[in-house]
Amino acid sequence: MSLLTTSSQTVGPYVKIGFESFTVVELAPPSVSGERITLSGRVADGDGKPVNDAVIEIWQANALGKYAHPEDAQDKPVEAGFRGFGRCLTDAKGGYRFTTIKPGRVPGPAGAPQAPHIVVTVFMRGLLKHLITRVYFPDEAANAEDPVLKLVPADRRATLIARRSPRDKAALEWNVILQGQDETVFFDY
Amino acid sequence: MNKAREEGIITSITGYRRPYFATQPAYLYPGYRSTLKRAPTQPLVFLPHTLSEVTGPVFGYDDVKPTDSDLTRQHDGEPLGERIVVSGRILDENARPVAHALVELWQANAAGRYRHAVDDHDAPLDPNFTGVGRVLTDGEGRYRFVTIKPGAYPWRNHYNAWRPAHLHFSLFGLGLVQRLVTQMYFPGDPLLEYDPMYNSVPDDKARPRMISSFDWETTIPDIALAYRYDIVLRGRDATPMETSRS
Ligand SMILES: [Fe+3]
Repeated sequence: MSLLTTSSQTVGPYVKIGFESFTVVELAPPSVSGERITLSGRVADGDGKPVNDAVIEIWQANALGKYAHPEDAQDKPVEAGFRGFGRCLTDAKGGYRFTTIKPGRVPGPAGAPQAPHIVVTVFMRGLLKHLITRVYFPDEAANAEDPVLKLVPADRRATLIARRSPRDKAALEWNVILQGQDETVFFDY
Repeated sequence: MNKAREEGIITSITGYRRPYFATQPAYLYPGYRSTLKRAPTQPLVFLPHTLSEVTGPVFGYDDVKPTDSDLTRQHDGEPLGERIVVSGRILDENARPVAHALVELWQANAAGRYRHAVDDHDAPLDPNFTGVGRVLTDGEGRYRFVTIKPGAYPWRNHYNAWRPAHLHFSLFGLGLVQRLVTQMYFPGDPLLEYDPMYNSVPDDKARPRMISSFDWETTIPDIALAYRYDIVLRGRDATPMETSRS
């Protein structure tokens, strides 16, 4: 039996009412181990204008590099209270903000471990299907060997690496630029 | 490689099938004006499905309340409009049910107005209707909502533009790459042929799959008409990829 996937349609301009009651911007309660971080930034369109009706969803492993999912067969513990999922609606200035922990390394294709990363899904009016991208961490030697980052043209990789705030080492900044100079790399998933 | 597998270092990941040609809209679709400034202009980078993509958030019955799936019982009074049951199954491309999938729903009220600050359509709000629901599929992938048939509403995409009546659906499957947001339409709606959203799907067979069917068997006598809407998420590919179990 073979069925065809249902077609994607935009979330439209009123996505806020649909997703607002299930937002998660603090992923890790105090009991969860790991290096605490904030991940924040803004979403901008082709005119450089803030996108105030976007939704950012994130998906990540725990600090040990284990996903809270039955298909993660690694012999590592999941942590109670850490689902690894976040959802934030952008504000009037196109801003989003999560507090979470830095994920550990997870296995990649052909045996090579992946650099720590968070998978990001972006929804908004004007997107007939969602975008998928990734955010990596600054000053991370493993980035040079990451099997997915290696697939990205070298001159565009920087768009996937968060910047550390000069004022706060735990604050990471990463923007979603939809078009133009510094356009974020989006994946064909 | 074999030694590594014996030692449990290598495990296999089976990715998901890529969408069938023309069944999904392109990012840039000029008929829908908002795509012009929001569609990526640089080539997309092919993403292998790693452990990060075949896993995804797991939801449970703690995430939903019984009243979340009956949008007619979220207020003290009854909402205005035609009560409907919307039910169906969430399946994957291999026709396997997707159990315990989170299904989210949002919609306009019977007059075609959303309870949202930026909706300035000159139609009344209904104090007894929020238009937001959520449900978890059962072990066979079934879901069911009770709601109100939404009205059509105008938008500013082009002259005299009206959206056909629709429900917004958001789905989380088993893995992140099964994530889907779509819209459910109603059979026989004359606005569909004028709608850029609906028509953004190039494939002639894929488009009508977004239209629900009237379903006599799930109607509630004297209370509600019913529509059936099955949703298909991506299915597994045949060939696994090797991944280390570090
Ligand atoms: Fe709508």
